[in-house]
Amino acid sequence: MSASNPNPRAEWQKAFEESRLRDVPFQTMSGIPLDPVYGTDDGEFPGQYPYTRGPYASMYRSKLWTMRMFAGFGTAIDTNLRFKEIIRAGGDGLSTAFDMPTLLGLDSDDPMALGEVGRCGVAIDTLADMRDLFSGIDLGNITTSMTINSPAAVLLAMFVAQAESAGVPRAKLGGTLQNDILKEYQAQKEFVFPPRQSMRLVRDTVAFTAAEMPRWHSISISGYHIREAGSTAAEELAFTLGNGFAYVELARQAGLPVDAFAPRLSFFFNAHIDFFEEIAKYRAARRIWARWMKERYGATSERSMQLRFHTQTAGVSLTAQQPEVNLIRTAIEALAGVLGGTQSLHTNSMDEALALPTEKAARLALRTQQVIAYETNVAHVADPLGGSHFVEALTDEMEARAEEIFARIDEMGRGSMLEGCITGIEENWFQGRIADSAYELERAFNRGERIIVGVNRFLEGNEEDSLDILKITNEDEAKQRQRLGQVKRERNESAVLDALDRLAKDAVDPEVNLMPALIDASNVFATVGEMMTTMAGVFGRHVEVPTI
Amino acid sequence: MAAIRVLVAKVGLDGHDRGVKVVARLLRDAGLEVIYTGLFQTPETVAAAAVDEDVDVIGLSMLSGAHMTLAPLVVQAVRARNSDIPVVVGGIIPNQDVTELLEAGVAACLGPGAPAEEVVQTVITAARGEHRRQAV
Repeated sequence: MSASNPNPRAEWQKAFEESRLRDVPFQTMSGIPLDPVYGTDDGEFPGQYPYTRGPYASMYRSKLWTMRMFAGFGTAIDTNLRFKEIIRAGGDGLSTAFDMPTLLGLDSDDPMALGEVGRCGVAIDTLADMRDLFSGIDLGNITTSMTINSPAAVLLAMFVAQAESAGVPRAKLGGTLQNDILKEYQAQKEFVFPPRQSMRLVRDTVAFTAAEMPRWHSISISGYHIREAGSTAAEELAFTLGNGFAYVELARQAGLPVDAFAPRLSFFFNAHIDFFEEIAKYRAARRIWARWMKERYGATSERSMQLRFHTQTAGVSLTAQQPEVNLIRTAIEALAGVLGGTQSLHTNSMDEALALPTEKAARLALRTQQVIAYETNVAHVADPLGGSHFVEALTDEMEARAEEIFARIDEMGRGSMLEGCITGIEENWFQGRIADSAYELERAFNRGERIIVGVNRFLEGNEEDSLDILKITNEDEAKQRQRLGQVKRERNESAVLDALDRLAKDAVDPEVNLMPALIDASNVFATVGEMMTTMAGVFGRHVEVPTI
Repeated sequence: MAAIRVLVAKVGLDGHDRGVKVVARLLRDAGLEVIYTGLFQTPETVAAAAVDEDVDVIGLSMLSGAHMTLAPLVVQAVRARNSDIPVVVGGIIPNQDVTELLEAGVAACLGPGAPAEEVVQTVITAARGEHRRQAV
């Protein structure tokens, strides 16, 4: 590391001194002053390639992580109220959860949507819902993350249409689109179009945002769902970064120079309960990404090499039994994310093994982050575990295991990570590995080797469970269907047909970027389902071969 | 004795398939014959497959909160085919929903964290019709 950098500490010092710092005393509770980072003079420092110790020189001394709480349920009006509550409680980023029909590009009045409207997130059918969702919120002044994949281009188009009708130009919009379709086929399983056609839409959103939305993160490459689906930590790391490399190759194929879009990529990892393994995973992720971007993809901009990530505590680690214990699990997982240098964090609520969170449970989850941020002083020192023999060895081991998996993907793609990822999906390779790992974990639990407090040990108190849980009634579903009916009656039908016609024409030509047609269709109140069906008419639909 | 045949299924839009695959393997390792019909099935396609395959029991995996709507529809679709194949529902099923599901004709429910033996035993018991006899 010191080969290209004769004096790491001096370089770091210079970068640190150029950083703006938060106005708090950086000392222990007892008044011992703390350095911004600890290490030997010739070692790696934060903000230095390959960024094992963090993407920035000053890390949390300049800015704490964003406390980004995921919310969304019922109608857009309900979610809007929850958003405002989050902002009032001190959250500084919004994160939108969409309901299942929206995630699969179906309207609320689709027969397949029965029982699912507004249940796991907010239902968005048209621009009218997008307006309700962000009513009274200045989109130019807050960052908005949207967890959406198959219809990501459609929802981005609606978001841009809404912001511009509220007077906020697209160039001012900051936020993140999940838009990580590869992991849908591998793990999350909310796919609509076949993989290659989906990748065309990803390319279109990447190209569009690179040209017109400089503050927008076009893909949040997500390991979270891969881990939740049952992978190991090393598989989460390798599949996620492997998908990242695939998107880089996709954008390069589309003619975008790597440094023009790579800074807009961000990552999303799980924080599971194995504390040190998670920290090692984040450190290895930064190092691997930097090396591959520089050496394999020829990036020259630092921003292209600096992996930045969002973390969510592990939903699968939560138990329905003695749900209050989930507060403790979540706190430990959140701390791993922070010690691993995350840029933003979502903490799950204690009741999420049972239902979507109540307002009280969601507030407690945010409070968990605030205790870590403001009471523990852990954010004073960057990469506080760097230099630990154990954590460094585990970081190296995570990296080595990930490299083995990359070699396999590269081989499947005959030298292309993009082809390797698509082939691996088509051949069920990723899906099979995840299912194998999930089953192995389950068997360890059943053999009693893996202990889950309140589930296979320490059961006293299980009878007392009586958390108030959030109940979503079918009234929301009926309300949303009525809302959609009303919008459809009031819109200009021939303008909708024209917009969908143009969308179909544009979809046929793979060289055309679909974003302008989608924005125009959004503006005339075409529905998510209409736009997706129009594209499916050209692209076809993906059907997964069921395997156990 | 012939092996118990079980159809494990995902109905509706819920793509969470970790649970259904783990349960399918648990049941297979316990000696049952397992059929999995894949994601995004409707109550009608599940009922039709169950009757066509002549299974002894259906296991529905539901994690999205739609169980109160969809599980009774699966039971009705099976009964509409003049079949009494029992339906077991597992996944994120809060305790307070269990009574209503049983009243709607579901044979048994398995909540989050149910251990392997309980999953296997519940499915076998249902397949043998013992829940139904208790209910009658």
